[in-house]
Amino acid sequence: MSADAPTLDVRGLKTHFFTKAGVARAVDGVDFTVGKGEVVGLVGESGSGKSVTGFSIIGLVDPPGRVVSGEVLFNGQNLIGLSPEKMRKLRGNRIAMIFQDPMMTLNPVLRVDTQMVETIRAHDKSVSKADALARARDALGQVGIPAPDERLKSYPHQFSGGMRQRVAIAIALLNKPDLIIADEPTTALDVTIQGQILYEAQKLCRETGTSMIWITHDLAVVAGLADKICVMYGGRIVEQGAIDDVLDHPVHPYTRGLLGSVPGHNTRGQRLYQIPGMAPSLLNLPEGCAFQARCPKADEVCKKEPEITEPIKGREIRCFHPHLDQDEEIGA
Amino acid sequence: MSVFIIRRLLQSMIVVAVMSLIVFVGVNVVGDPVDMLINPEADQAEIERVIRDLGLDRPLHEQYMYFVANAFKGDLGKSFVFGESALKLIVERIPATFELALTALLLAVVIGVPFGVYAGMRPNAISSRTIMAGSILGFSLPTFWVGLMMIMVFAVMLGWLPSTGRGDTVEIFGIEVSFLTLDGLSHLFMPALNLALLKISLVIRLARAGTREAMHQDYVKFARAKGLSETRVILVHVLKNIMIPVVTVLGLEFGSLIAFSVVTETVFAWPGMGKLLIDALHNLDRPIIVAYLMIIVLVFVVINLIVDIFYSVLDPRVRLKDAGQ
Repeated sequence: MSADAPTLDVRGLKTHFFTKAGVARAVDGVDFTVGKGEVVGLVGESGSGKSVTGFSIIGLVDPPGRVVSGEVLFNGQNLIGLSPEKMRKLRGNRIAMIFQDPMMTLNPVLRVDTQMVETIRAHDKSVSKADALARARDALGQVGIPAPDERLKSYPHQFSGGMRQRVAIAIALLNKPDLIIADEPTTALDVTIQGQILYEAQKLCRETGTSMIWITHDLAVVAGLADKICVMYGGRIVEQGAIDDVLDHPVHPYTRGLLGSVPGHNTRGQRLYQIPGMAPSLLNLPEGCAFQARCPKADEVCKKEPEITEPIKGREIRCFHPHLDQDEEIGA
Repeated sequence: MSVFIIRRLLQSMIVVAVMSLIVFVGVNVVGDPVDMLINPEADQAEIERVIRDLGLDRPLHEQYMYFVANAFKGDLGKSFVFGESALKLIVERIPATFELALTALLLAVVIGVPFGVYAGMRPNAISSRTIMAGSILGFSLPTFWVGLMMIMVFAVMLGWLPSTGRGDTVEIFGIEVSFLTLDGLSHLFMPALNLALLKISLVIRLARAGTREAMHQDYVKFARAKGLSETRVILVHVLKNIMIPVVTVLGLEFGSLIAFSVVTETVFAWPGMGKLLIDALHNLDRPIIVAYLMIIVLVFVVINLIVDIFYSVLDPRVRLKDAGQ
């Protein structure tokens, strides 16, 4: 493995849900890489397949969902088709995950120390209970929980929402993973707590060299946090590139619409832009580009599948009509 | 916590007082014990002497006051039939009934929880559907009929287990128990299983519903994301959560186990309180009936209290609410 090989390389990932109403193509051909120590923002609206992408990587897609094709190369090893036991050894050890709702992720009837120690001992039985407790205490201190010794003996309901999310992050950090998948970890928190958590997360990634996939629908969150952004729509990444480039000069009509609908300083007093229509049902996505029904630039050619192109260096998009002329009015 | 217990104790005392009144009046409405007790050839003077002896010539409220005054002294009256203290007669039979009920409770947990969790993990498997169909049978078949069938098959046809009685007993702390001798165990097994059948079905359904719910919770997914083995996810994360409703319901059902043991004890001739009650009902032996019902009320009240306390041990969230009061 060469030194600059990415920590994670997702290639042509497809995860479909085989429901009674039909096949929902939640993830339908996703390609992206996460470099060592890199933070990648996976952005999209509800139902765009961003969370399912995260669960597919860690191998926790609930039935009737199933990864149908593609590769997830983690440090060069393909995780798709790995035996459940090998996958279990990676989970919580090399790849950790943080969930959206901190009120629900910790088991209400188990003490925090139990939930932390078991995470260490699940991967290394030789660690004594005392050592595991010491590591748990250090991890709590690391995420900014005051009096970690006392807090270890607490139950989850004795923590506030923000504190619980910190505990969840501390659990994710316990085994010093190479990759953390954060599935909207700040969505359920209020803005001040959100800011603190983002700051902690960024600091920890910088300190430990851990890579991170930050799944969110909030562009403001990734703007200050991520190195790279992947915008998802209808189960595919429609635009990806370096965070500042994409946010300053969006090329895909969907990204432009998304950015245009964020309230900002220069839109004060104006009517806020809104992408027309609704996100398509994953059960019957249109042929070709999933965004065509809502796209101001769509025409006959969009009925074909748009391939990945690189119109600007370092920018990958799936679109026949990218906005390469940046002076154009949004929505025009 | 102590405030909570004291408040519950006061409530319990009111329940016992009201129940004693209802029971006392209720028993006086059903039939005349004198008809049952006295030799049909006795003359009028003899009959009146017996009525006076039993205190049945007094008005009902006087009888009740007399009963309450004596109850505070620990005397619940003398059996009309045996001429002995009703309380003593019942207390002698309590160990047998409790042994039966506790064994049934144990069977309900030991059999019900694993089957329920299994069915909850694979709700669509044929084995799970079989378990659920079996639990419906457990619910709907009458206890006495199942008991008779068990005796037919295991005692009469196969001859594996004895059909009636308690078998050899051993005395520990002055209480006779069957479960410590092999013979006693073989006598205990069939009636206990018979009594447990309904509760096993109940626990299977509770455990299955709890497991199905828990499996979709984020904390289970998070536990998996931590890389825990499936065994630990089920045995620790899921099981500890589903035990909360199971313990609550089983605790409350323990009272009904004792009540239902009346049927099982009669079928298997198990020498417990239930059998004593049935005999007392036949003879209209009022003091025994009243004393039995009073003891059952006490048992229910105590069980409810224990369940409340135990519940707070299982569910840490309940503890906090109490501390905050």
